[in-house]
This record gives sequence, structure tokens and C-alpha cells, in this order.
Amino acid sequence: MSAENLQLFEIFLRSKRGLDHKHVGSLHAEDHEQALEYARDVYTRRSEGVSIWVVRSDDICASQEDDSESFYDPSNDKPYRLATYYQLPDEVNNM
Amino acid sequence: MAEVNKQAIQDYATRLGDDAVVIGHRVSEWCSKGPFLEEDLALQNVALDFIGRARMFYSYAAELANDGRKEDDFAYMRDHREYQNLLLMELPRGDFAYTMVRQLLVDVFNLYYLEQLQQSSDETLSAIAGKAIKETRYHLRRSSEWVLRLGLGTEESKKRAQTALDDLWGFTHEMFDLDALEQQLADAGIGVDNTSLQAAWTTQVKSILEEATLIPPEDEWKVKGGREGYHTEFLGQMLNEMQCVHRANPGLEW
Repeated sequence: MSAENLQLFEIFLRSKRGLDHKHVGSLHAEDHEQALEYARDVYTRRSEGVSIWVVRSDDICASQEDDSESFYDPSNDKPYRLATYYQLPDEVNNM
Repeated sequence: MAEVNKQAIQDYATRLGDDAVVIGHRVSEWCSKGPFLEEDLALQNVALDFIGRARMFYSYAAELANDGRKEDDFAYMRDHREYQNLLLMELPRGDFAYTMVRQLLVDVFNLYYLEQLQQSSDETLSAIAGKAIKETRYHLRRSSEWVLRLGLGTEESKKRAQTALDDLWGFTHEMFDLDALEQQLADAGIGVDNTSLQAAWTTQVKSILEEATLIPPEDEWKVKGGREGYHTEFLGQMLNEMQCVHRANPGLEW
């Protein structure tokens, strides 16, 4: 038996009710069921979570480093997209 | 309800501690030798559950004994003739299929056993059972899924699982025996009547085996003796390794 035939899964944990699931790492398993159990064993041994999501790493579509320029740079010269760009009238004390 | 002395409950808690520490140690032998990292960690979680369970039973036995001994004295200062674990627990870990098939046989047994022990009129035993049964439900989920994987996996994995099953089956009958101590405690509503668990155990195990396309062996042979302290040659060797550090440095803390 080896890890060759196993798939990679990404693990997301909700640390307590009301909070979002956060990515905590990845692991190998044969299928979703087993991934869920291993996630329990690997990532919740010290009461880190109350809910687990597992997602096949293959199913995640990720942005690439190469895309950085075309994805993010265009926003940098448009400061008017940020709320802090605007002068608030004095009548508005807090916002 | 019949009168039961403290010694009887102490002996009962001790042997339940023996079952847990011995199977826990066997599973712990997989540490760093698991088939892959995730399974290695999962196995150690199971081992730690059993060792934690042993600590609870031994601590209770020590409390009842009230003679200055602690849980460690029960685990590390008793010889194999004093250990009263079931033989099934002490057999060497074998290959991965052997370990998983044994876990299945033990987990199904523990599930029914602990359900009953939760009804014990002894509050401590009942509380330990209540904690342990949650672990056991998880253990069973793992072991039953693994037996399915092995049975329905490759020709090799199926062969190994069937061989393990054939080798282990004769040791399962001892789980449903009742000796004088157990009979006395069962009558008093403190212990479990193991004989009452066999039908449910057999049904559930056979249904999992059937799904895994494994063949339940015939009841051709039975081995027992663990509850009387008559063990296989393997327990002495295991205890030798498990106890050597404590015996070399008694009372050492770190």
C-alpha cells in the first residue's frame, strides 16, 4: 500500500459556530469519506474545529502567479474605488 | 441486588484496563510504520484512545485498592500471568489487514459491551463507558470501512483480509465467555453479561463481512485462557518491551 493511488484533498475547518471555514492544509485519502476521517484525525486532535469541509484539490480552480499583472495591477491606479478616497462632509461624523 | 465487594469491582476494572492497554499497545506498534502518513496518525489516535481508556480503568482499580498503588503500577508492575486481557487483544499486530480485521472484531464487540456497561449501577464504570463508546463508534467506522476496502480491493488485499479473519476467528469466542467474577457482577447489575452480546455481534460482523465479500469462518476451534492469566507466548514479549523502561527506572518522571 502506498500513497500513489491516493488523491489530494484540501481541508477547511470551522473553528466554532458562526465563523467561516478556513483552509488549514491538505492530505491524501482514497475518497471524500476517508478524507473527512483523516481530516478529523490530523487536524482536529486538539479541538480545533466543529465542522470540516473536504474538497478534492483537483476541483479547485486557482489563479496563477502569471496572472498577477492582468488581475490586480489595474486596480492600483483607481483609488476612487476605495471609500477612503472620498472626503466626507463634516455632518457625517462616523462612517 | 446481590452484595458485591470492592475487590470484585477492582478486579473487573483491572481486566478491562488490561484489554485496553494491550490492544492499545498493539495498535501503537504501527507508529511510524503505517502505510502512509495520514493512516499512521489515525492509527495512533486509536491507540491513544485505548491507552486513555486503560488509564481510566486502572485509576479506578487503584482507587478501589487504596493501597498506595497508582495506574502505572497496574500497567507496568504486573507480569503476564497477572494480566487478564482477552487473548485476541495480545496477538501480534501482523500485517495491516490483520490489524484492521482484528479492530473490526474488537470494535463491534466494544460497541455492544460499552452500551451495556453504560447501564452499570456503578457510576464510575458507567461514566467510563459513556466516554469510551463515543471513541468506539469512530473506531468502528474506520475499521469497517477498511475491511470493506480490503475485501473489495485487490486480489492481494482480499486474500490478506480473509487469512487474517481465518486466523483470528477462533479467538473471538472468548469475548462471550462469562467467568465467576463476571457472572457475579452481571447478576449485581454492575458488570456486563457477555453471553448476551454474541448474537448481535455475530449478526453485525457477518453483515460487514458479507458486504466485503469475505467469508465468515466456521466455528471449528476456540482458544481461551486470558481471563485466567493463561496467555499466548506473545503477551510476555509485548509486556517485556512495554514495561522495560518503567521497570529499569521505577517511579521516574519526565
